[in-house]
Amino acid sequence: MVDAAVPIHWRRFDERYRLIGNKCVTCSGSYFPARPVCPNCRSKGKLEKEQMPFTGKIYSYSEVLVGPIGFEFETPYHIAIIELDNKVKILAQVVDSEKEKVKIGTKVKKVFRKISDRDEEGIIAYGYKFKVQ
Amino acid sequence: MRSVSIVGVGLTKFGEIWDKSLRELVAEAGLKAVADSGIGGKEIEAVYGGTMASGRLIGQEHIGALIADQLGLNPLPAHRMEAACASGSVALRNAMMAIESGEHDVVAVGGVEKMTEVDTAEVGFALGGAGDQETELFHGATFPALYALMARRHMEEFGTTEEQMAQVAVKNHKNGMNNPYAQFHKEFTLEQVMNSGYVASPLKLLDCSPITDGAAVVIIAETEKAKKMVEQPIEIIGSGQASGSIALTGRENLTEIKATTIAAQKAFEQAKIGVKDVNVAEVHDCFTIAEIMAIEDLGFFKKGEGGKAVEQGKTAMDGEIPINTSGGLKAKGHPVGATGVAQAVEIVQQLQGKAEKRQVKEAEIGLTHNVGGSGATVVVNLYKKA
Repeated sequence: MVDAAVPIHWRRFDERYRLIGNKCVTCSGSYFPARPVCPNCRSKGKLEKEQMPFTGKIYSYSEVLVGPIGFEFETPYHIAIIELDNKVKILAQVVDSEKEKVKIGTKVKKVFRKISDRDEEGIIAYGYKFKVQ
Repeated sequence: MRSVSIVGVGLTKFGEIWDKSLRELVAEAGLKAVADSGIGGKEIEAVYGGTMASGRLIGQEHIGALIADQLGLNPLPAHRMEAACASGSVALRNAMMAIESGEHDVVAVGGVEKMTEVDTAEVGFALGGAGDQETELFHGATFPALYALMARRHMEEFGTTEEQMAQVAVKNHKNGMNNPYAQFHKEFTLEQVMNSGYVASPLKLLDCSPITDGAAVVIIAETEKAKKMVEQPIEIIGSGQASGSIALTGRENLTEIKATTIAAQKAFEQAKIGVKDVNVAEVHDCFTIAEIMAIEDLGFFKKGEGGKAVEQGKTAMDGEIPINTSGGLKAKGHPVGATGVAQAVEIVQQLQGKAEKRQVKEAEIGLTHNVGGSGATVVVNLYKKA
């Protein structure tokens, strides 16, 4: 598995545990996850860490009934694109929520959860999911 | 710039081809293409191959050299291009540029994928790499889920319905009945598609293209030379390629694949024709919503009116613009690396009047549209008789 290596997980703790992205001080663009180069300013950009807001609203969603490897015990679950309060979009699962409330426009907040468990001896990946506020 | 034409095409049967390996598939399509072009094979100067995930699916990389070796084309220079589901079209475009530049006069272009040697979950993981592995697949977003997120916005913004999406599947399966190479020779009713069960809502099982083995090969040549080689070469009169955000979250909106709009614009500018001049098109219907978005982004219909156009039969065999006469990825099958080349094969046969029961009357100009991933690579090509 490509995600069996430990560094793949720990180098993304800021992103996956704390929702830290970055922003470009030249153009004020905000990015999540953090980008290595500002797509607007490229070499003239200057990127700094930025804390993303923990709340936003659902922009689009789908109920997944056939999940990928590592998600066999999770299905069915909701995947959504969430527009955070600073307008940055993020893709995440929406959990612990009534199915009827998972729809476009619903306000959601970030929670910390186990993401996947791909193999008995492998790494358990944690990160962000969202729930209806 | 020198012009490029297709002089020979070859296709294997698409489907679960358990008795043939990747190398046998590509050899079969290659020999058919060489036979179709009427050349002995010695005229070929280079090999370009498109494959997406052979490393993951069969444990084999270095596909360019493998194709050259298996077809007896050593020591020709051999290349393998990868751009997810657009690998075949990107291989074709690069091969075209090799001719346009003057480096080569005749080139073989193959697309191939062998997808049934591993289980469905493994295929899903391999295909997930066509999107943003670390922010999409990591969170459990499969490819059906990514297109479902686009479908949901299309429904929200334009009132597109699940029935309209299902009509794409009904139409393409109907077209596939007339394609001897198609994976499925089975018609479905609207009710059957609607009752096929959600995979990722609002997309159902029959909104999705299948897992397929198959190969397609075209032989291309500089157009003046092509005219001396075969009776009716098909010229590629315009070609555009564009890239876009690898993750859906990087897009301005989810109802347009911008790389399609840009690639189409470039292809039409180069060909000096408009969308109204196109008589037949093969578009990338990996999911039914993808065909609806494609016919809008290519300009056949206004944004938001694609679903209605399908419902009204405007894209059927006898409609204003027949779309996916081959059955599309949906019914013909989608061996990802082969798809772009297979689309070119269908258009060549249409323009040469060799499409038999699927023949579109008076087809003069054809179009192919091939998408990689959820829209991060798009190639649009335009064709006419040379």
